[in-house]
Amino acid sequence: MIRLEKRPVPSKLWTYLTPIAAVVATMVAGGILFAFLGKDPVEVIRIIFWDPLFHPDFSAYSRPQLLVKAGPLILIAIGLSLGFRAGIWNIGAEGQYIIGAICGAAVGLAFYPMDAWFIFPLMIIAGAIGGLLWAMIPALLKTRFGTNEILVSLMLVYVASNQLASVSQGLLRNPDGMGFPGSRNFQQYPAAYNAELIAGTGMHWGVLTAFLAVIAAYILLNRHILGFQIRLTGESPRAARFSGVRPKLLILFCMGVSGAAAGLAGIFEVSGPSGQINISFNAGYGFTAIIVAFLGRLHPVGILLAGLLLALTYIGGELAQLMLGLPAAAIQVFQGMLLFFLLAMDVFTNYRIRIGSPEAA
Amino acid sequence: MDLSAINPAALLASLMVAATPILLAAIGEMVVEKSGVLNLGVEGMMITGAVTGFAVAVETQSPFFGFVAAAAASAVLSLVFGFLTLKLLSNQVATGLALTLFGLGLSALIGQAYAEQRPPSTARLDLGFLSDLPFFGRVLFSHDPIVYLSLALLVAVWAFLKFARLGLVLRAVGENHDAAHALGYKVVRIRMIAIAFGGACAGLGGAHLSLVRVAQWTDGMTAGAGWIALAIVVFASWKAQRVLLGAYLFGGISVLQLNLQVAGIPVPVEYLSMSPYIITILVLVLISRSSTAAPASLGKPFFATS
Repeated sequence: MIRLEKRPVPSKLWTYLTPIAAVVATMVAGGILFAFLGKDPVEVIRIIFWDPLFHPDFSAYSRPQLLVKAGPLILIAIGLSLGFRAGIWNIGAEGQYIIGAICGAAVGLAFYPMDAWFIFPLMIIAGAIGGLLWAMIPALLKTRFGTNEILVSLMLVYVASNQLASVSQGLLRNPDGMGFPGSRNFQQYPAAYNAELIAGTGMHWGVLTAFLAVIAAYILLNRHILGFQIRLTGESPRAARFSGVRPKLLILFCMGVSGAAAGLAGIFEVSGPSGQINISFNAGYGFTAIIVAFLGRLHPVGILLAGLLLALTYIGGELAQLMLGLPAAAIQVFQGMLLFFLLAMDVFTNYRIRIGSPEAA
Repeated sequence: MDLSAINPAALLASLMVAATPILLAAIGEMVVEKSGVLNLGVEGMMITGAVTGFAVAVETQSPFFGFVAAAAASAVLSLVFGFLTLKLLSNQVATGLALTLFGLGLSALIGQAYAEQRPPSTARLDLGFLSDLPFFGRVLFSHDPIVYLSLALLVAVWAFLKFARLGLVLRAVGENHDAAHALGYKVVRIRMIAIAFGGACAGLGGAHLSLVRVAQWTDGMTAGAGWIALAIVVFASWKAQRVLLGAYLFGGISVLQLNLQVAGIPVPVEYLSMSPYIITILVLVLISRSSTAAPASLGKPFFATS
C-alpha cells in the first residue's frame, strides 16, 4: 500500500527537482499529444525547444524574441509571486496589463507630435499608475468589504478588454488611420518609442525593468522585514497577526505591486514590440505569467528561468505553426499541462512516499 | 433608439435560455463547495463541455449524444483536478486555475475543425396545450429539455442537501473534514464524487451554450460564464434557491444588454458588454457583508493522519 507522510519541512532537493521533472513530463505528454495530431513528436519538441535558439536560419530572428517575450512574463510574474506567497490571489493581471497600456499610450499620444525627452518616462509612470489603480479595485473591495479578490480581479479583465475595444475604435484611434481601429504606431513616434537598447538583442527598457524587478524582489524577500511578513503570512496567517503584520496593508501592498508591474509590462509592450493600442494587442501574458510564477516556485530567480522557458514555448510554438502547421492552441495546452504536472509533482516536495503499512510509533 | 422593439415575452423567454448554462454550472459548483472543495476550474470545464458537446453533436447529428459526451468529458477533466487536490494534496486555487488554462487551450485545439459548422438543432420540448398559452406559453413552456433539466436538477440538489442522509454527510464533510473522517466517513471519496458531479454540470452548461444559446463554436466562447457561476455561488450563500435567483438575474442582465444593443440606445456597445461583469462585482460587494455561510473546510487541504 502506498501512503503519504508529511515532511516536517519541504524537501530542498525536490523544490529544485520538481520544475525540471515537470518540464520533462510535459515534453513526454506533449509528444504524445503531437503524435495524435499527426506530427512527429521528436521533431516538434526539437522545433519548440531547440530550433529557436540554435537553428542556423531561424535563430537570428528567434533569439531576440526570447527576451521580448520573456520580459513581460517575468515582470508580471514577479509582481504576482509576492501576493501568491501571502495567499493573496490577483489573477486579473491581464486586465491590469491592458489598463496600464491604455493609460501609458494615452499620455504618449496626448503629446503627439511633440519631441521631448520626458514623454517616454511620463508614459511609463502613467502605465504603472494605471495598472496600480486597476489592481486597487479588488484590493480595496477586499480590505473594505471582504469581497473575494479572485473573482473581482478576474471580472475586471473582461471590463478592461471591453475598454480596450472601446478606446482603440474611439478615443485613441489614429486620426490618420482611414477609420481602421487602432492607435498611432509608436514606432513612428521616436519620443515615445520603446526602442531596443542594444540593436538585435531584443533588449528594451521593459526587459531591463524585468531584470531589475527580479533583483528588487530578491532583496525584498530575503533582506527586508516586508518580505519576511509576506512569507510569514503565507505560511501561517495566525502567527503573522501575532507578530504584528497588518493583513489589510499587506493586501494593498501585494495587489498594488503586482498591478503596477503588470501595468508596466503593458506600456513597455505597447510602446515597443507591439507598437500600437489595438483590439487584440494583449496576448494573454497576464495569464501565462501565473504559470511562470508557479513554475519558478514563486522565487525571483526561478521566475527568471521559468519566464525564459515559457517565452521559448511561445516562440517555438510559432515556429512549429509555421513549419509543421501545428495549431496555435496546442502550445496553450502544452503550457496548461506544464502547470498540472508541476502541481502534481509538488507532492514529493511536501510529502514522503512510503510503501507498506504504517510503522508502530 | 426604439425600445418598443423589445418584446417582453421574447425577452423573458431568452432570459431562461441565457441563464441555463450559468445555472447548471453554479448548481454543480455549489455541491462541490458544500463538500469543502473550491474548484476554480469551472470556466475550463464549461468550455471543454461546450466544445465536446458541439463536436459530438455535429459528428453524430444528435444533440442528445452531444450533451451526454459534454457531461462525461468535463467530469473526467474535473477528476484530474480531484486527483491532484485530494490525492496529491496540491493547492486548490492553483490547480483550479491550471484546469481553466488547460481547458481553454484544449477546447481551442479541438474546436479548430468545427469553427464554421452548424450544430443539429435541439428540439423544443412539446408541452401540448401549455406551449400554446398566450405569453406564458412563450416564456415558460417553449424551451429545450435542458432548461427544464436544469430546474429539475436544482430542486433535486436542494432536496438532496436538505433531506437526504448522504446530503447531510456531504455537508458534514464540508464543514469539518476531520470530524467527518473520525466518524468513519470517506472524505476523499465523497469529495471526488462531488467534484465529478460539478464537472458534469459545468459540461452540460457549456454544451447548452454551444448547442442552443449561441449554436456555434467560437474560441473562448464561455467568456467568463464559469467565473460568473462561481460568483453566483458566493452570492447565493451556498443556498439552492438563491442560486436560481442569481442565475436568472444574470441571465436577465445579459439578455437585456444584448437587446439594448440591438435597440440602439446611445450607450457604446463596449460599455453594455462590460455591464454583466461590473454588476457581478457590485453584487459581490453588496452581499459580502452578510456572507458568513461558507462551508468551514472550504479550500482547506485534507490529510488523514491515521
